[in-house]
Amino acid sequence: MAELNQDSGKGNKGGKVRAKKAGGKVDLTAMVDLAFLLITFFMLTTSLNTPHAMDVAMPDKNKMDANDNLEIADNRSITLLLGSDDKISWYYGQLANPIYPPTTVDYGKDGIRQVLLRMQKEVPQRAGGKDLIVVIRPSEKSIQRNLVDILDEMRIVDVKRYMISKINSDEIEVLESEGLFND
Amino acid sequence: MGKAKVKRASTSIDMTAMCDVSFLLLTFFVLTATARQPEVLVVDTPASSSPEKVPDDNVGIISVAEGKIFFSVKNPNVREITLKNMSQKYNINFSAEDYEQFRQLDEFGVPIQNLRQLLSLPNDQRTESIQPGIPVDTTETSSNELYSWVQEARRATIEFNRSREGERGYEDPGPMKVAIKADAEEKYPIINLIIETLRNQKQNKFSFVTGLRSDS
Repeated sequence: MAELNQDSGKGNKGGKVRAKKAGGKVDLTAMVDLAFLLITFFMLTTSLNTPHAMDVAMPDKNKMDANDNLEIADNRSITLLLGSDDKISWYYGQLANPIYPPTTVDYGKDGIRQVLLRMQKEVPQRAGGKDLIVVIRPSEKSIQRNLVDILDEMRIVDVKRYMISKINSDEIEVLESEGLFND
Repeated sequence: MGKAKVKRASTSIDMTAMCDVSFLLLTFFVLTATARQPEVLVVDTPASSSPEKVPDDNVGIISVAEGKIFFSVKNPNVREITLKNMSQKYNINFSAEDYEQFRQLDEFGVPIQNLRQLLSLPNDQRTESIQPGIPVDTTETSSNELYSWVQEARRATIEFNRSREGERGYEDPGPMKVAIKADAEEKYPIINLIIETLRNQKQNKFSFVTGLRSDS
């Protein structure tokens, strides 16, 4: 133990009151422990701070069709409408005549991921072996975190085909009726 | 107690040296961790599980927070060439002093008309509150300054990489990558404007900057 020696004083005070002197030895083990803890903390936080990048690839812009509507088979596509308050409304097929009508679901492992995993199994059965296509339509009340979460889910669930496209007014009405179009 | 008195070896270790070394290491990590230019615009990015890192060169970063758009070109040489291109496009002259300041300016968010004024300020006065952001809209004309900045940065990158081709052992890193660093709470419309601006110039591939999500 390192010692910090203090002058032990000039002897005890006479009389009944005797102040207890602290021993002159300070154990520095605790300080070393603290220092290593701080080192580990800084080592780890700097590596966690490096920003990560999530790649996004958009299709070529079709100057004729502003809505980017591509021809996709109805029984292969589910559409995710990103609403406000961190909620998604999803439907399977075409909005006018859906195979599964719009349902509200949360983000995360227990919400949208369950839906995606289920549809990933179901679509090949219905569409003769072809895999799932996800159409992501963020509304103007959704936030960046919602979009990043959905793109992350695409990665986690391993959806091979997905696209981000423009939401239309019928879909906005769906969100409004489900109370998901708030500021 | 007989004559054989075993001298008890002292079992206490002197920790002073260990303490010194650990504080030295600590100082090293503290200094290397935070020695970067303080961010003008504070952006709290959302988390994702993506393991790829943002490249630290040959990239242009569009930051969005509080409805303001800031732009940054990583490489100072490319930054300078970008400003030259913009100066030609918008017909604004910059002095040699301006170019030098711009080379050291990491990130900025002002309309190009106010850029000279920003560059004349000392570094600590270039706060976020005096910078209103780079104008963006749905067009491809000069009113969409973000469109121009990204386009000129891409052209500057090609020009810079071409000028380095003669060097030995030089590998062309390819066209400039674009990353969008948007605050987690930022509403979608402004991000859509940025994405459409990129798509209009056929920059269909870009990245979102995120933090690392540990769980789930």
